[in-house]
Amino acid sequence: MDLLEINNLWVNTHDNKEILKGLNFKVNKGEVHALMGPNGSGKSTLAFAVAGHPKYTVTKGEVLLNGENILNLKPHQRASKGVFLAFQYPVAIPGVTVSNFLRHALKALGRESELKDFRKTVKAKLAELKIDESFMSRNINEGFSGGEKKRLEVLQLAILKPKLALMDETDSGLDIDALKIVASGIERFAQESEAGVVLITHYQRLLNFVKPRFVHILAEGKIVASGDTRLVEQLEREGYEKFVTKAPTPA
Amino acid sequence: MAKEKAAIGDIGNEYQEKYGFSVDHDYVHTIKKGLSKKVVEEISHIKEEPEWMLKIRLEALEIFLKKPMPTWTDTELLSSINFDDIHYYLRPSDRTESSWDDVPQDIKKTFDRLGIPEAEKKFLAGVTTQFDSEAVYHSIQETLTKKGVIFLDMDSGLKQYPDLVRQYFTTVIPSADNKFAALNTAVWSGGSFIYVPKGVKVDLPLQAYFRINAKNAGQFERTLIITDEGADVHYIEGCTAPSFTTNSLHSAVVELIALPGSTIRYTTIQNWSKNVFNLVTKRAVAHAGATVRWIDANIGSKLTVKFPCVYLVGPKAHGEILSVAFAGSGQHQDAGGKIYHAAPDTTSTITSKSVSKDGGRSSYRGLLKVYKGAKTAKSAVRCDALLLDPESRSDTYPTMEVEERTASIAHEATVSKIGEEQLFYLMSRGLSEKDAMTMVVNGFMEPFIKTLPLEYAVEMNRLIELEMEGAVG
Repeated sequence: MDLLEINNLWVNTHDNKEILKGLNFKVNKGEVHALMGPNGSGKSTLAFAVAGHPKYTVTKGEVLLNGENILNLKPHQRASKGVFLAFQYPVAIPGVTVSNFLRHALKALGRESELKDFRKTVKAKLAELKIDESFMSRNINEGFSGGEKKRLEVLQLAILKPKLALMDETDSGLDIDALKIVASGIERFAQESEAGVVLITHYQRLLNFVKPRFVHILAEGKIVASGDTRLVEQLEREGYEKFVTKAPTPA
Repeated sequence: MAKEKAAIGDIGNEYQEKYGFSVDHDYVHTIKKGLSKKVVEEISHIKEEPEWMLKIRLEALEIFLKKPMPTWTDTELLSSINFDDIHYYLRPSDRTESSWDDVPQDIKKTFDRLGIPEAEKKFLAGVTTQFDSEAVYHSIQETLTKKGVIFLDMDSGLKQYPDLVRQYFTTVIPSADNKFAALNTAVWSGGSFIYVPKGVKVDLPLQAYFRINAKNAGQFERTLIITDEGADVHYIEGCTAPSFTTNSLHSAVVELIALPGSTIRYTTIQNWSKNVFNLVTKRAVAHAGATVRWIDANIGSKLTVKFPCVYLVGPKAHGEILSVAFAGSGQHQDAGGKIYHAAPDTTSTITSKSVSKDGGRSSYRGLLKVYKGAKTAKSAVRCDALLLDPESRSDTYPTMEVEERTASIAHEATVSKIGEEQLFYLMSRGLSEKDAMTMVVNGFMEPFIKTLPLEYAVEMNRLIELEMEGAVG
């Protein structure tokens, strides 16, 4: 059984704009997929729809997680089944510390641990991501730089250990050093877990550090090409235009 | 969702179980409902007061009867108070005990259930507990008594230190200040009397707990705190009441006098049941170099009208008001603060945080006044309101009167709706909608919660969680 199986998914935004138009997509456990595509092709919409954002309405199709349709579940129920979305634009929560938040999240996921063990785990992950320990007592994303926000997303990934990780442009807005750190965090997670990882990105550069097994190109609301990393090279040479114009008319 | 639905039904029960109960107490003295000259004389007589106090009471009664009801606050709710349907005096026992074992059994049980004796053992320097009109228990650490610290219920204060009381009583809040200050002055009973001598710093908080038990009760405590030069004290008050279908009235007057270089911190966690009118006047005078901090949290009551105030009368005096309001279904929290800069180099901050939900209403009313000659006075006012649903309401009425050109004033106000993006972010990490909302609200309240001693911070977080039960449909 596939970890994630999306069949003929149609999704509208809250202002009734049709974004996904019959998308099919599968991810097995232990696989890293790259999902690429031009601006506005529906990459983030796909991530939000799978995570259950209330502003996106599924009008047709199904999203199966380990064979179970999750479309009727609330976001937190999907999270407890193993779905994780690393946000492109993480939200600030004033007055709530990273530490408090992570403990609550673990508790909500049924994985509450002793404070001592929690601290130990966190300390190791902070070191891996080259984050100062003072980070834990700061308020979530409040006054964070772009790089800090993305690192916090990867820290959550490493600690919450989901089954399916949707990484929405985790590479955007990072300088090369930060990119390497974030990428190695994702890479380590992919290797240490049996999770399925979907890297949503515009650019090839993340894929130099995290090697996907499959590469897909999303255009005009559906996947128009799938392959391996050679597809990325082709994309770098020829641009998206070729794939967009090649897209077959919707059925 | 089924679990969350159940929580909605539980909310009243939770208050009911934890605080909303009442005991069938046999009062030693009950004055029948209604207010008259005779009632005032009877209260004064029972208390064996000096003549001058009775005179003040009777004058205040005249003022109360003459003054019209205020028209600027929630007149609709105010007009539903029936002054004839209230007990102005309910004496639970004849003595204020200094050992819990001597407190009448049913009253002791009440305070046991509220966790007061336990808190006292753990982290308080002194405790007074009031049951309807009178204090029933009182204690203070011996080391403080030796240093000359006076901490008594107000009636004992008047008996033992009549000159000190007479010197300051009604000097900060005259009887004619407002209708409800007049009412309190006429029928006051209980409250705290504190004097901290020169240079004495009280390390642990002194606490008062006010409990309304009877139906149609009026509670009119009167508190007077004086810190002498360089002294320092933290006073904390809490309050709860049974959930009755009829209304109760709580109308207190609190006067603080911070003499030069002294510090008073006054923390209130108001958690009356939702049938209590809470109409309170609180004001402080801060002399040169003194600091007064009001930390005023309003969670309960039907209608609260309360604006803690600081008069900065000496150079370099400092005033802080942190007003926190939580308005749920059927509640109106009309809160805020007032600061008067009447001397040079005085500084102040007013911070207001309100959360409204389930059709609740919160108002911020603030006054900042800088008199001419209060050179280089500085003040920062900030009020933030958080609305949890479209049915709820928040209003802001800030007033600034600045007569001094060298003063610098900053003002900032925000009203935000709880963010869908914030909720989704937290929910995508596994938190239920209710937990996510509670987390956002707790975060919003964090600047207030961190001012509390740890034990109260924990209690406060718990109260917010309790309030958030049923916030999600």
